[in-house]
Amino acid sequence: MKAVAETDKQRWQRETLDPALKKSPERAAAFTTISGWPIDRLYTAEDVEGIDYARDIGHPGEFPYTRGIHPSGYRGKLWTMRQFAGFGTPEDTNARYKALLHAGGTGLSVAFDLPTLMGRDPDHELSLGEVGKCGVNVTSLADMETLFDGISLADITTSMTINSPAAMIFAMYLVVAEQQGADWQTLSGTIQNDILKEFIAQKEYIFPPRPSMRIITDIFAFCAASAPQWNTISVSGYHIREAGATAAQELAFTLRDGFEYVRWGVDAGLDVDRFVPRMSFFFNAHSDFFEEIAKYRAARRIWARAMREGFGAKSDRSWKLRFHSQTAGVSLTAQQPYNNVVRTALQALSAVLGGTNSLHANSLDEALALPTTEAARLALRTQQIIAFESGVTGVVDPLGGSYFVEKLTSDMEDAALDYFDRIDAMGGMVEAIERGFPQQEIAESSYRFQQAVERNERIVVAVNDFVEAHEPPIEILYIDESASETQLAKLHRLKKTRDAAAVDRALDRLRTAARSTANVMPPILDAVRAYATIGEMCDVLRDVFGEYEEVPVI
Amino acid sequence: MRKIRVVIAKPGLDGHDRGAKVIARALRDAGMEVIYTGLRQTPEQIASAALQEDADVIGLSILSGAHNHVAPRLMELLARHGLDDVLVLIGGIIPDVDIPNLKAIGVKGIFLPGTTMQEIIDFIEKNVRERVGSP
Repeated sequence: MKAVAETDKQRWQRETLDPALKKSPERAAAFTTISGWPIDRLYTAEDVEGIDYARDIGHPGEFPYTRGIHPSGYRGKLWTMRQFAGFGTPEDTNARYKALLHAGGTGLSVAFDLPTLMGRDPDHELSLGEVGKCGVNVTSLADMETLFDGISLADITTSMTINSPAAMIFAMYLVVAEQQGADWQTLSGTIQNDILKEFIAQKEYIFPPRPSMRIITDIFAFCAASAPQWNTISVSGYHIREAGATAAQELAFTLRDGFEYVRWGVDAGLDVDRFVPRMSFFFNAHSDFFEEIAKYRAARRIWARAMREGFGAKSDRSWKLRFHSQTAGVSLTAQQPYNNVVRTALQALSAVLGGTNSLHANSLDEALALPTTEAARLALRTQQIIAFESGVTGVVDPLGGSYFVEKLTSDMEDAALDYFDRIDAMGGMVEAIERGFPQQEIAESSYRFQQAVERNERIVVAVNDFVEAHEPPIEILYIDESASETQLAKLHRLKKTRDAAAVDRALDRLRTAARSTANVMPPILDAVRAYATIGEMCDVLRDVFGEYEEVPVI
Repeated sequence: MRKIRVVIAKPGLDGHDRGAKVIARALRDAGMEVIYTGLRQTPEQIASAALQEDADVIGLSILSGAHNHVAPRLMELLARHGLDDVLVLIGGIIPDVDIPNLKAIGVKGIFLPGTTMQEIIDFIEKNVRERVGSP
């Protein structure tokens, strides 16, 4: 007598699978995603019984947006093909932007060098050897003018990867737009401006968490009034993932960061529906194809529910999570680098099938150096082949309803909710960061992954299997010290020619604003117009706010 | 026997510390005494940490291209402090053309992307023993 009726999946296992496994066993005792998430061999209707289509999935363009925020998917507008680029001097990078736009790129994305990201002028001791190396150096408004020379800011959207000094760089961009005659009310683009993930993962922080959050809420308030089409933040999982997080950790920490920004905005007196619609997200497109797709779909569902039910947002624009994605730099190998083209294509395809709104595909040479022009063009071509040849853009959310994808989407959501509970119990994300919680979780995952690769439990093609003894070197972009010399000479010239008294007055006004509760954006704009440098402006805020130093955990 | 003492440092402005942390942990798990300095260390701070910690090995993690500035300055400071015999290693993204010069100034090991933790452990054990054993 049977106690419980056998399900159809169990019947299949007994009648069909088990005899087959006896003859030819599976390749491993258990299968997991690249994040270590266990996956079953088969998903059927039984696995999605708890999922309600209307409640949990919904049609495209309808709450909770699991199937996408646009009713017609990519049939109307394709994603923005936005290739991240920047190196050397503003002159060098301006030429690269013109080449990318000429090749059919539809948006710009600025990579700044480390001195700029850390708010240091090229003549600071810590900038030595770093100017122009990992991105373009922008020290003052003069550099921003050169960077966008001949590019109409009214007609293009620009994303700028800038965090601690986001207010200063954004102000420089706004002033260049003003010089070109562009209207701030219609100007569109994005600043990354996500300091929480800097403390968690990328570590390009300057000021402590609380004053950093205050600058961000100042930017929210400024943009709501003065630049309403501008995306004020790009809440980023990308760097969290690159630092070693699993897909579920990337999802959980990123969305929890998002809630933290909303909470701080609300606490600063802002109306949710005035600033949340201008928040955007940025996810990694890693190698595990279906796990990534599930992650993007879960992200939209979680955000929609949290904004409507948790924060009481009334506008559907607050509910819709829009995101940029970038293929996983960390997955690229220095060995047999042409293989990276294939990795990137698959990763980019997962982002598209997950409904990305904007995409950067990495270049094949990025484990070795910043990309050459040819490598950057090939990465853009990869996107164009997906968009125009693969056929995947003809149907909205073609994987919706897949037993596996829907189950994994729900599993991702559950994993994120579990992390939210743990972080809430600590008092919030700022408190969790101060305790080193996400940092420690990521370090654990990253070490586990590295161990799995070294034990050959995970194969990385051309690294721990399929290795070639001799590989011909490929041509790479080599950045010498000339960018540094040029930028130093420009800085010295600038300091001789600008009105020094006007700079001092503007910096004093910034200091006064920073000490009060006044919005820091207006005095930063004035300082930028006086050609104050990024180092000078950040030094004022260093004086007022202090500098953050983390306690390193290994 | 005294444990091998390793200072892992991240010089320059870059904050990408995944590699430094993974290596620090792997060396610790391999039985070495590991001191991780944290981020944004100047060559002066690294040399001083090596002196204070009586380090056998300094491991620098550099991804940003700052190696041509950082490494010569550090080697000069080590020589000044009489620490010429400390085994200096660099892990990270180093263009091939820069490697001969780094070797010439005394950087003993350069580990590029794809290097296993075990290769680095083996290299340290072999080269530190040789150093300790030589007259």
